Amino acid sequence: MHKEHPWNTFKEPFILNPMPKMLAVKIWRGGEDGRFQSYDVPRLENQTVLDVVTYVQRKLDPGLSYRFACRVGMCGSCAMTVNGTPRWTCRTHVSRVAEDGQLQIAPLRNLPVIKDLTVDMRDFFDKLAKAGGAFQATKTRTDDFAKIPPSDPRRHHADAGIECIGCAVCYAACDVVAWKPGYLGPAALNRAWTLVNDARDGMGDKRLSMVAGDDGCLACHSQQGCQEHCPMGLSPTAAIAGLKRAVSVAALKSKL
Amino acid sequence: MNEVVQTRLWLAQRISAVVLAVCVGIHLAGIIIAVQGGLSAAEIIGRVGGSGVLAAFYGVFVLACAVHAPIGLRAVLAEMTDIKPVSINGIASAFAAVILLMGMQAVLGFLGLGGG
Repeated sequence: MHKEHPWNTFKEPFILNPMPKMLAVKIWRGGEDGRFQSYDVPRLENQTVLDVVTYVQRKLDPGLSYRFACRVGMCGSCAMTVNGTPRWTCRTHVSRVAEDGQLQIAPLRNLPVIKDLTVDMRDFFDKLAKAGGAFQATKTRTDDFAKIPPSDPRRHHADAGIECIGCAVCYAACDVVAWKPGYLGPAALNRAWTLVNDARDGMGDKRLSMVAGDDGCLACHSQQGCQEHCPMGLSPTAAIAGLKRAVSVAALKSKL
Repeated sequence: MNEVVQTRLWLAQRISAVVLAVCVGIHLAGIIIAVQGGLSAAEIIGRVGGSGVLAAFYGVFVLACAVHAPIGLRAVLAEMTDIKPVSINGIASAFAAVILLMGMQAVLGFLGLGGG
Protein backbone atom coordinates (compact mmCIF):
# COMPACT_ATOMS: atom_id res chain seq x y z
CA MET A 1 0.00 0.00 0.00
CA HIS A 2 1.23 3.47 -0.88
CA LYS A 3 2.09 5.83 1.91
CA GLU A 4 -0.77 8.25 2.53
CA HIS A 5 0.49 11.80 2.03
CA PRO A 6 -1.23 14.55 4.01
CA TRP A 7 -1.88 16.58 0.80
CA ASN A 8 -3.65 13.68 -0.87
CA THR A 9 -7.24 14.46 0.01
CA PHE A 10 -8.84 12.48 -2.82
CA LYS A 11 -10.82 9.61 -1.40
CA GLU A 12 -12.49 8.75 -4.73
CA PRO A 13 -10.74 8.31 -8.08
CA PHE A 14 -10.33 11.79 -9.58
CA ILE A 15 -12.50 11.85 -12.72
CA LEU A 16 -13.06 14.96 -14.79
CA ASN A 17 -16.48 15.18 -16.44
CA PRO A 18 -17.74 11.64 -15.82
CA MET A 19 -19.25 10.15 -18.97
CA PRO A 20 -23.02 10.70 -19.20
CA LYS A 21 -25.20 7.66 -19.93
CA MET A 22 -27.06 9.34 -22.79
CA LEU A 23 -26.23 11.88 -25.46
CA ALA A 24 -28.70 14.59 -26.45
CA VAL A 25 -28.29 14.66 -30.23
CA LYS A 26 -29.83 17.12 -32.64
CA ILE A 27 -29.68 16.15 -36.30
CA TRP A 28 -30.69 18.20 -39.33
CA ARG A 29 -33.69 16.69 -41.10
CA GLY A 30 -35.04 17.77 -44.47
CA GLY A 31 -33.58 19.94 -47.21
CA GLU A 32 -32.41 23.57 -47.14
CA ASP A 33 -35.53 24.57 -45.23
CA GLY A 34 -35.41 21.65 -42.79
CA ARG A 35 -35.01 21.73 -39.02
CA PHE A 36 -33.12 20.00 -36.23
CA GLN A 37 -34.71 16.93 -34.68
CA SER A 38 -33.74 15.63 -31.23
CA TYR A 39 -32.69 12.06 -30.43
CA ASP A 40 -31.40 10.37 -27.27
CA VAL A 41 -28.46 8.10 -28.04
CA PRO A 42 -26.68 5.83 -25.52
CA ARG A 43 -23.17 7.08 -24.74
CA LEU A 44 -20.49 4.45 -25.29
CA GLU A 45 -16.74 4.29 -24.78
CA ASN A 46 -14.69 5.18 -27.89
CA GLN A 47 -17.79 6.33 -29.74
CA THR A 48 -17.39 8.40 -32.90
CA VAL A 49 -19.88 10.91 -34.23
CA LEU A 50 -20.43 8.57 -37.20
CA ASP A 51 -21.35 5.83 -34.70
CA VAL A 52 -23.96 8.18 -33.25
CA VAL A 53 -25.47 8.96 -36.68
CA THR A 54 -25.46 5.25 -37.58
CA TYR A 55 -27.20 4.40 -34.28
CA VAL A 56 -29.91 6.96 -35.00
CA GLN A 57 -30.49 5.60 -38.52
CA ARG A 58 -30.48 1.93 -37.52
CA LYS A 59 -32.33 2.11 -34.21
CA LEU A 60 -34.38 5.29 -34.07
CA ASP A 61 -35.08 6.79 -37.48
CA PRO A 62 -34.50 4.63 -40.59
CA GLY A 63 -35.40 7.56 -42.85
CA LEU A 64 -32.21 9.48 -41.95
CA SER A 65 -29.94 10.05 -44.96
CA TYR A 66 -26.17 10.39 -44.60
CA ARG A 67 -22.99 9.32 -46.40
CA PHE A 68 -20.11 7.20 -45.28
CA ALA A 69 -17.90 4.52 -46.79
CA CYS A 70 -14.53 3.61 -45.28
CA ARG A 71 -15.12 4.62 -41.60
CA VAL A 72 -11.35 5.09 -41.13
CA GLY A 73 -10.60 8.54 -42.54
CA MET A 74 -9.60 7.54 -46.05
CA CYS A 75 -12.58 8.32 -48.26
CA GLY A 76 -13.75 11.68 -46.85
CA SER A 77 -17.41 10.98 -47.57
CA CYS A 78 -18.69 11.29 -43.97
CA ALA A 79 -17.84 14.98 -43.50
CA MET A 80 -20.56 16.88 -41.64
CA THR A 81 -20.91 19.93 -39.44
CA VAL A 82 -20.52 18.80 -35.83
CA ASN A 83 -21.36 21.39 -33.17
CA GLY A 84 -20.80 24.10 -35.77
CA THR A 85 -17.46 22.79 -37.07
CA PRO A 86 -16.87 20.85 -40.31
CA ARG A 87 -15.29 17.48 -39.51
CA TRP A 88 -14.91 13.89 -40.62
CA THR A 89 -17.44 12.20 -38.38
CA CYS A 90 -15.63 8.84 -38.55
CA ARG A 91 -12.46 10.32 -37.05
CA THR A 92 -14.19 12.51 -34.48
CA HIS A 93 -14.63 10.91 -31.08
CA VAL A 94 -17.69 12.08 -29.21
CA SER A 95 -15.50 12.79 -26.18
CA ARG A 96 -13.67 15.49 -28.18
CA VAL A 97 -16.72 17.44 -29.26
CA ALA A 98 -19.77 16.68 -27.09
CA GLU A 99 -20.10 19.63 -24.77
CA ASP A 100 -22.04 18.41 -21.71
CA GLY A 101 -23.32 15.44 -23.66
CA GLN A 102 -24.81 17.63 -26.42
CA LEU A 103 -24.23 17.04 -30.11
CA GLN A 104 -25.58 19.02 -33.03
CA ILE A 105 -25.00 17.40 -36.41
CA ALA A 106 -25.75 19.27 -39.63
CA PRO A 107 -24.82 18.92 -43.31
CA LEU A 108 -21.68 20.62 -44.64
CA ARG A 109 -21.93 24.37 -45.18
CA ASN A 110 -21.62 26.01 -48.62
CA LEU A 111 -23.11 23.04 -50.48
CA PRO A 112 -26.79 22.53 -51.40
CA VAL A 113 -28.54 20.12 -49.01
CA ILE A 114 -30.13 17.16 -50.79
CA LYS A 115 -31.69 15.63 -47.70
CA ASP A 116 -30.76 15.49 -44.02
CA LEU A 117 -26.95 15.15 -43.82
CA THR A 118 -26.27 14.59 -47.52
CA VAL A 119 -25.15 17.50 -49.67
CA ASP A 120 -24.84 17.92 -53.42
CA MET A 121 -21.09 17.82 -54.12
CA ARG A 122 -21.33 18.73 -57.82
CA ASP A 123 -20.23 22.38 -57.38
CA PHE A 124 -17.25 21.24 -55.36
CA PHE A 125 -16.05 18.72 -57.96
CA ASP A 126 -16.90 20.98 -60.92
CA LYS A 127 -14.62 23.60 -59.40
CA LEU A 128 -11.76 21.09 -59.14
CA ALA A 129 -12.08 20.64 -62.92
CA LYS A 130 -12.50 24.39 -63.47
CA ALA A 131 -9.23 25.04 -61.63
CA GLY A 132 -7.38 22.72 -64.00
CA GLY A 133 -7.33 19.91 -61.47
CA ALA A 134 -6.78 17.17 -64.04
CA PHE A 135 -3.21 16.02 -64.64
CA GLN A 136 -2.11 16.63 -68.22
CA ALA A 137 0.47 14.03 -69.15
CA THR A 138 3.47 14.93 -71.28
CA LYS A 139 4.74 11.36 -71.63
CA THR A 140 3.29 7.97 -72.42
CA ARG A 141 3.64 4.67 -70.56
CA THR A 142 6.42 3.66 -72.92
CA ASP A 143 8.58 6.61 -71.83
CA ASP A 144 11.02 6.40 -68.95
CA PHE A 145 10.02 7.56 -65.46
CA ALA A 146 10.38 11.26 -64.73
CA LYS A 147 13.40 11.75 -62.49
CA ILE A 148 12.63 14.35 -59.84
CA PRO A 149 15.16 14.66 -57.00
CA PRO A 150 13.70 14.55 -53.47
CA SER A 151 15.41 17.88 -52.83
CA ASP A 152 13.56 19.64 -55.68
CA PRO A 153 11.70 22.65 -54.10
CA ARG A 154 8.78 22.25 -56.53
CA ARG A 155 8.42 18.65 -55.44
CA HIS A 156 8.25 19.85 -51.82
CA HIS A 157 5.42 22.25 -52.75
CA ALA A 158 3.55 19.46 -54.54
CA ASP A 159 4.13 16.97 -51.72
CA ALA A 160 2.77 19.45 -49.15
CA GLY A 161 -0.69 19.41 -50.71
CA ILE A 162 -0.91 16.06 -52.47
CA GLU A 163 -2.64 14.16 -49.65
CA CYS A 164 -5.96 15.97 -50.17
CA ILE A 165 -8.77 13.42 -50.47
CA GLY A 166 -11.46 15.88 -51.55
CA CYS A 167 -13.69 15.68 -48.47
CA ALA A 168 -14.84 19.33 -48.82
CA VAL A 169 -14.23 20.14 -45.13
CA CYS A 170 -12.07 23.11 -46.20
CA TYR A 171 -14.75 24.21 -48.66
CA ALA A 172 -17.36 24.19 -45.89
CA ALA A 173 -15.01 26.08 -43.56
CA CYS A 174 -14.26 28.84 -46.09
CA ASP A 175 -16.06 32.15 -45.52
CA VAL A 176 -15.11 33.42 -48.98
CA VAL A 177 -17.06 30.53 -50.55
CA ALA A 178 -20.02 31.50 -48.35
CA TRP A 179 -19.83 35.12 -49.48
CA LYS A 180 -18.93 34.46 -53.11
CA PRO A 181 -20.42 31.21 -54.46
CA GLY A 182 -18.33 31.42 -57.65
CA TYR A 183 -15.04 31.22 -55.72
CA LEU A 184 -13.13 28.06 -56.64
CA GLY A 185 -12.39 27.25 -53.01
CA PRO A 186 -9.40 25.90 -51.09
CA ALA A 187 -9.42 22.27 -52.29
CA ALA A 188 -9.53 23.12 -56.01
CA LEU A 189 -6.78 25.73 -55.63
CA ASN A 190 -4.66 23.39 -53.53
CA ARG A 191 -4.98 20.76 -56.25
CA ALA A 192 -4.01 23.33 -58.91
CA TRP A 193 -0.90 24.30 -56.90
CA THR A 194 0.26 20.66 -56.68
CA LEU A 195 -0.03 20.40 -60.47
CA VAL A 196 1.65 23.77 -61.10
CA ASN A 197 4.60 22.27 -59.23
CA ASP A 198 4.43 18.88 -60.95
CA ALA A 199 7.33 18.73 -63.42
CA ARG A 200 5.52 15.98 -65.39
CA ASP A 201 2.41 18.10 -66.04
CA GLY A 202 2.09 19.86 -69.37
CA MET A 203 -0.64 22.45 -68.84
CA GLY A 204 1.79 25.24 -67.84
CA ASP A 205 0.56 28.83 -67.78
CA LYS A 206 -2.92 27.84 -68.96
CA ARG A 207 -3.65 26.51 -65.47
CA LEU A 208 -2.53 29.82 -63.96
CA SER A 209 -5.08 31.59 -66.19
CA MET A 210 -7.74 29.20 -64.89
CA VAL A 211 -7.02 30.02 -61.25
CA ALA A 212 -6.39 33.79 -61.69
CA GLY A 213 -9.07 36.42 -61.47
CA ASP A 214 -11.88 37.37 -59.11
CA ASP A 215 -13.18 33.84 -58.57
CA GLY A 216 -9.74 32.27 -58.32
CA CYS A 217 -6.84 32.48 -55.90
CA LEU A 218 -6.93 36.28 -55.76
CA ALA A 219 -10.25 36.18 -53.88
CA CYS A 220 -8.68 34.40 -50.89
CA HIS A 221 -8.46 36.58 -47.76
CA SER A 222 -5.97 34.23 -46.05
CA GLN A 223 -8.32 33.75 -43.10
CA GLN A 224 -6.96 30.20 -42.86
CA GLY A 225 -10.25 28.50 -41.99
CA CYS A 226 -9.31 25.80 -44.51
CA GLN A 227 -6.03 24.86 -42.86
CA GLU A 228 -7.55 25.20 -39.39
CA HIS A 229 -10.14 22.54 -40.23
CA CYS A 230 -8.35 20.30 -42.75
CA PRO A 231 -8.44 16.79 -41.23
CA MET A 232 -5.26 15.92 -43.15
CA GLY A 233 -3.42 18.88 -41.65
CA LEU A 234 -2.77 20.42 -45.08
CA SER A 235 -2.44 24.14 -45.68
CA PRO A 236 -4.50 25.22 -48.69
CA THR A 237 -3.78 28.80 -47.56
CA ALA A 238 -0.09 28.27 -48.30
CA ALA A 239 -0.96 26.69 -51.66
CA ILE A 240 -3.16 29.67 -52.55
CA ALA A 241 -0.39 32.08 -51.51
CA GLY A 242 1.92 30.18 -53.88
CA LEU A 243 -0.63 30.51 -56.67
CA LYS A 244 -0.96 34.25 -55.99
CA ARG A 245 2.80 34.65 -56.42
CA ALA A 246 2.85 32.55 -59.60
CA VAL A 247 -0.16 34.36 -61.05
CA SER A 248 1.37 37.77 -60.24
CA VAL A 249 4.64 36.89 -61.97
CA ALA A 250 2.74 35.51 -64.98
CA ALA A 251 0.64 38.70 -65.16
CA LEU A 252 3.73 40.91 -65.03
CA LYS A 253 5.32 38.85 -67.81
CA SER A 254 2.06 38.96 -69.85
CA LYS A 255 1.83 35.17 -69.75
CA LEU A 256 -1.71 34.88 -68.42
CA MET B 1 -13.49 42.02 -67.48
CA ASN B 2 -11.17 39.05 -68.02
CA GLU B 3 -8.80 37.41 -65.55
CA VAL B 4 -5.80 39.36 -66.86
CA VAL B 5 -7.39 42.72 -65.99
CA GLN B 6 -8.65 41.30 -62.68
CA THR B 7 -5.14 40.10 -61.83
CA ARG B 8 -3.64 43.48 -62.73
CA LEU B 9 -6.18 45.24 -60.53
CA TRP B 10 -5.24 42.90 -57.67
CA LEU B 11 -1.57 43.65 -58.22
CA ALA B 12 -2.25 47.39 -58.39
CA GLN B 13 -4.01 47.18 -55.05
CA ARG B 14 -1.06 45.37 -53.45
CA ILE B 15 1.51 47.81 -54.87
CA SER B 16 -0.61 50.83 -53.86
CA ALA B 17 -0.86 49.32 -50.34
CA VAL B 18 2.93 49.41 -50.07
CA VAL B 19 2.98 53.04 -51.22
CA LEU B 20 0.20 53.90 -48.75
CA ALA B 21 2.02 52.25 -45.86
CA VAL B 22 5.06 54.46 -46.49
CA CYS B 23 2.93 57.58 -47.04
CA VAL B 24 0.87 57.07 -43.88
CA GLY B 25 4.06 56.51 -41.89
CA ILE B 26 5.67 59.73 -43.17
CA HIS B 27 2.40 61.67 -42.73
CA LEU B 28 1.89 60.56 -39.11
CA ALA B 29 5.55 60.99 -38.19
CA GLY B 30 5.50 64.50 -39.72
CA ILE B 31 2.41 65.52 -37.74
CA ILE B 32 3.70 64.08 -34.46
CA ILE B 33 7.06 65.82 -34.85
CA ALA B 34 5.46 69.12 -35.92
CA VAL B 35 3.04 69.36 -32.99
CA GLN B 36 5.73 68.74 -30.37
CA GLY B 37 6.37 72.48 -30.17
CA GLY B 38 2.67 73.23 -29.69
CA LEU B 39 1.84 74.20 -33.28
CA SER B 40 -1.79 73.93 -34.41
CA ALA B 41 -2.81 72.43 -37.77
CA ALA B 42 -3.45 75.90 -39.18
CA GLU B 43 -0.03 77.10 -38.07
CA ILE B 44 1.66 74.07 -39.65
CA ILE B 45 -0.18 74.63 -42.94
CA GLY B 46 0.72 78.33 -42.74
CA ARG B 47 4.41 77.44 -42.57
CA VAL B 48 4.62 74.62 -45.12
CA GLY B 49 1.77 75.61 -47.48
CA GLY B 50 3.04 75.95 -51.06
CA SER B 51 5.88 73.49 -50.65
CA GLY B 52 6.38 71.69 -53.97
CA VAL B 53 8.00 68.70 -52.28
CA LEU B 54 5.12 68.22 -49.84
CA ALA B 55 2.56 68.79 -52.61
CA ALA B 56 4.26 66.09 -54.69
CA PHE B 57 4.30 63.77 -51.67
CA TYR B 58 0.59 64.26 -51.01
CA GLY B 59 -0.10 63.92 -54.73
CA VAL B 60 1.41 60.44 -54.60
CA PHE B 61 -0.61 59.77 -51.43
CA VAL B 62 -3.85 60.73 -53.19
CA LEU B 63 -2.99 58.65 -56.26
CA ALA B 64 -2.30 55.59 -54.09
CA CYS B 65 -5.62 56.11 -52.29
CA ALA B 66 -7.47 56.49 -55.57
CA VAL B 67 -6.04 53.17 -56.78
CA HIS B 68 -6.24 51.21 -53.53
CA ALA B 69 -9.61 52.04 -52.00
CA PRO B 70 -11.88 51.56 -55.06
CA ILE B 71 -10.38 48.13 -55.83
CA GLY B 72 -11.03 47.12 -52.24
CA LEU B 73 -14.55 48.53 -52.42
CA ARG B 74 -15.09 46.50 -55.58
CA ALA B 75 -14.11 43.30 -53.77
CA VAL B 76 -16.29 44.11 -50.74
CA LEU B 77 -19.34 44.86 -52.91
CA ALA B 78 -18.79 41.66 -54.92
CA GLU B 79 -18.70 39.57 -51.75
CA MET B 80 -21.30 41.28 -49.63
CA THR B 81 -23.99 42.45 -52.07
CA ASP B 82 -25.99 41.13 -55.01
CA ILE B 83 -25.08 44.11 -57.20
CA LYS B 84 -24.19 43.08 -60.77
CA PRO B 85 -20.46 43.07 -61.63
CA VAL B 86 -20.92 45.80 -64.27
CA SER B 87 -22.57 48.07 -61.72
CA ILE B 88 -19.90 47.28 -59.14
CA ASN B 89 -17.20 48.31 -61.60
CA GLY B 90 -19.11 51.54 -62.26
CA ILE B 91 -19.43 52.32 -58.54
CA ALA B 92 -15.73 51.57 -57.94
CA SER B 93 -14.69 53.77 -60.90
CA ALA B 94 -16.89 56.63 -59.65
CA PHE B 95 -15.39 56.24 -56.16
CA ALA B 96 -11.89 56.42 -57.67
CA ALA B 97 -12.83 59.60 -59.54
CA VAL B 98 -14.24 61.22 -56.37
CA ILE B 99 -11.09 60.41 -54.35
CA LEU B 100 -8.86 61.65 -57.14
CA LEU B 101 -10.79 64.89 -57.66
CA MET B 102 -11.18 65.76 -53.98
CA GLY B 103 -7.63 64.74 -53.15
CA MET B 104 -6.04 66.61 -56.00
CA GLN B 105 -8.18 69.67 -55.23
CA ALA B 106 -6.75 69.63 -51.70
CA VAL B 107 -3.20 69.16 -52.99
CA LEU B 108 -3.57 72.02 -55.48
CA GLY B 109 -5.11 74.20 -52.77
CA PHE B 110 -2.13 73.42 -50.53
CA LEU B 111 0.29 74.25 -53.35
CA GLY B 112 -1.54 77.52 -54.02
CA LEU B 113 -1.02 78.75 -50.47
CA GLY B 114 2.41 80.09 -51.38
CA GLY B 115 5.09 80.46 -48.72
CA GLY B 116 6.65 77.10 -47.81
